[in-house]
Amino acid sequence: MKLNNVEIEDTYAEAFGMRAARLLITAADVEWARTAASVMTGFGTSVIGCNCETGIEGPLPESTPDGRPGVRVLLFATSSKQLEQQLVLRVGQCVMTCPTTACFDDLPSEERLKVGSKLRFFGDGHQISKRIESSLSENGATPRRLWRIPVMDGEFVVEDKVGTRKAVAGGNFFIMGRTEEDTSRAARAAVRAMREIPGIIMPFPGGVVRSGSKIGSKYRKLIASTNSPYCPTLRGQVESALPPGASCCLEIVVDGLDEESIGRAMAVGIRAACTRGVVRISAGNYGGKLGKFHFHLLQLLEKN
Amino acid sequence: MLKDYTSIPVEADSLRPDKITGLSRDQILALPLYHGNKTVTVGDFFEVQETGGDTLVIEGDLSKFKKLGQEMEGGRLVVRGNAGMHLGAYLRGGTIEVFGDTADWAGAEMKGGLIHIHGNTGHRAGAVYRGSEVGMHGGVILVDGNAGLEIGSFMRRGLIAVGGNAGDFAGAHMIAGSILVMGEMGVRAGASMRRGTLVTLKPFEPLPTFRDSGAYRFPFLRLFTDRLHSRGFRVPADVEQSLFRRFVGDMNEIGLGEILILEGRDHDG
Repeated sequence: MKLNNVEIEDTYAEAFGMRAARLLITAADVEWARTAASVMTGFGTSVIGCNCETGIEGPLPESTPDGRPGVRVLLFATSSKQLEQQLVLRVGQCVMTCPTTACFDDLPSEERLKVGSKLRFFGDGHQISKRIESSLSENGATPRRLWRIPVMDGEFVVEDKVGTRKAVAGGNFFIMGRTEEDTSRAARAAVRAMREIPGIIMPFPGGVVRSGSKIGSKYRKLIASTNSPYCPTLRGQVESALPPGASCCLEIVVDGLDEESIGRAMAVGIRAACTRGVVRISAGNYGGKLGKFHFHLLQLLEKN
Repeated sequence: MLKDYTSIPVEADSLRPDKITGLSRDQILALPLYHGNKTVTVGDFFEVQETGGDTLVIEGDLSKFKKLGQEMEGGRLVVRGNAGMHLGAYLRGGTIEVFGDTADWAGAEMKGGLIHIHGNTGHRAGAVYRGSEVGMHGGVILVDGNAGLEIGSFMRRGLIAVGGNAGDFAGAHMIAGSILVMGEMGVRAGASMRRGTLVTLKPFEPLPTFRDSGAYRFPFLRLFTDRLHSRGFRVPADVEQSLFRRFVGDMNEIGLGEILILEGRDHDG
C-alpha cells in the first residue's frame, strides 16, 4: 500500500498490557499547570529505565473539578504497586512543589492507588481532609476524598486515592526518510496530529524516539539494546531493515487507555507522516512474543 | 395521602421506602404507627393510592409525624408538606426530600444518604442526641430555607448546606465535616470545634478563641458548589473565586477547625 507515495509496510506493531492512571493538574493559570505537568512527566520515557511511561495527554480539558485551567497527564507502569510508587514520587516532587497547583484523579475506577493519603503527612498534622459524599452526586459515585495540605503559597489540594485500570503500551510505527530533516519534519507532523487524540500519550522526547530498541543484547546484563537493523550506519555490518534511499529512522511510541485510542492515533499519525522525503512506514514487533495487542498498519488505515 | 390532621404526635418510623417496597396495599395499611400512647395502623391515617417502586410519596401536613424515614437504608422518601421531628434520624442511605418545613433533629446522627428540605428546618439538624458522642457521621443535609440552633453539633463527617440563615452554635463541638451557610450564622458558631469547616457568605464575628489567619481563595470549595448546583441548591456563581477570611480554632480545643467568611473579590492579604 502507498499513501502519498510513501510505502506502508504490511506489518504490525506489537503492544503489551500495563496499568494506567490519569491525573488532572490544575493551577491558577495554564502556564503553572503545564509547568507542573511537564516536570512531572520528565524522565518518564520507558519502563526499562524510568519505572513508568508518562506524558501530557492531548487536548486541554473543557472543565476541571476546581474550575481552574488544567492539564491531563497519563502514567503507565507494569504493576499497580509500581504505578503507586511513581505517582507518589512524581506528584510529591513535581506537582506539590509547583506554585498554585492542585491534583485530581481523572480516571474513576474500582481499583484505587494511594496518593494524597501518603502525601498528606507532609502537612505535619495540619492537613485537612474533605470528603465529597457520594449522595451529593447525581449518579451516586464513589465518595471523593481530598487532602488540603498547607504549603507556602496557600494549600495544595490532592486526591486521596487515584483510579487505575488496565491499559495498553507500546503501540508504535517507524518513519524512514531520505534525510534527517525529512524524517524529523514528518515525525513532528505526526506527533502534532496525534496530540489531538484523547486517551493516549507519546512518552518519548517530543513524542519521538531515535534510539529504538530490540530485546536482548550481546552483553548478558542488558535486557535491551539498539535496534540494529534500523540503524543506518550499521548497513553492511548487520542485515538492514531500511529500504534503499533511507538514511534515517524515527519511531513514535504510543501508550493509551485502550486499543481503540492507540489504533486511531497510529492511523492519524501515519497519515500525517506521509510527507515529502519519507520512503517507508513500518512498525516494530517481536514475532508476537512480547505482547498480545497487535496493530496491523494496513488494517488501521482502512478502519480509521 | 394523609386523611386528617392530628395534633397528637405520631411515631411513624415504619414509613420508610426500603421497608415498604414489595409490600401489598393491605400490608402497607397494616403497618404500625404509635399515636400518643396507642398503637394504630397506617390505614388509620393514610390512604394508599399506588404501590410499587422504591419511592414513597406522602402528602399532607405531617408536622406531628415523627421519625419519618428514620434509619432508612435506601430508596426515596418524598414528603409533600411539613414533617415532624427526627426526620431521617440515623439515616444510612437513600434520599429524603421534603417540600415543606421540618421540625427539630432532622438527620440527627445520620451516617449516609441525602436529606433535602425545601423549606426551613428546626433545631439540631445533623446534630448529636443528648448522651451520644458523635453527631452526623456522613451524608448530606440541604436546607433551602433557614435552620435552627446547633446544627451539626458534634458532627464527625458529611455536609450540611443551608440556603438561608443558621441559628446560634452552628457546628458547636464539631469533630470534622463541613457546614456551608449562605446566609447569616448566629452567635458562637464553631464553639469548641476540633476540626471541620464552617463557611458563611455573610459577615460573622467568631469567638475570641479563634485566630485570624488571613484572606485566601479556596478552590476546593468548587467541588462542593458544583455538586450543590447539580442538586438544585442555590449557591452564588463562582463564589469559590472569592476571598474568604480564615479563622482557625477553637483554641480551647485542638484548634484545627476553620471558619471561612466571605470577604470579597480583591486580595487584601
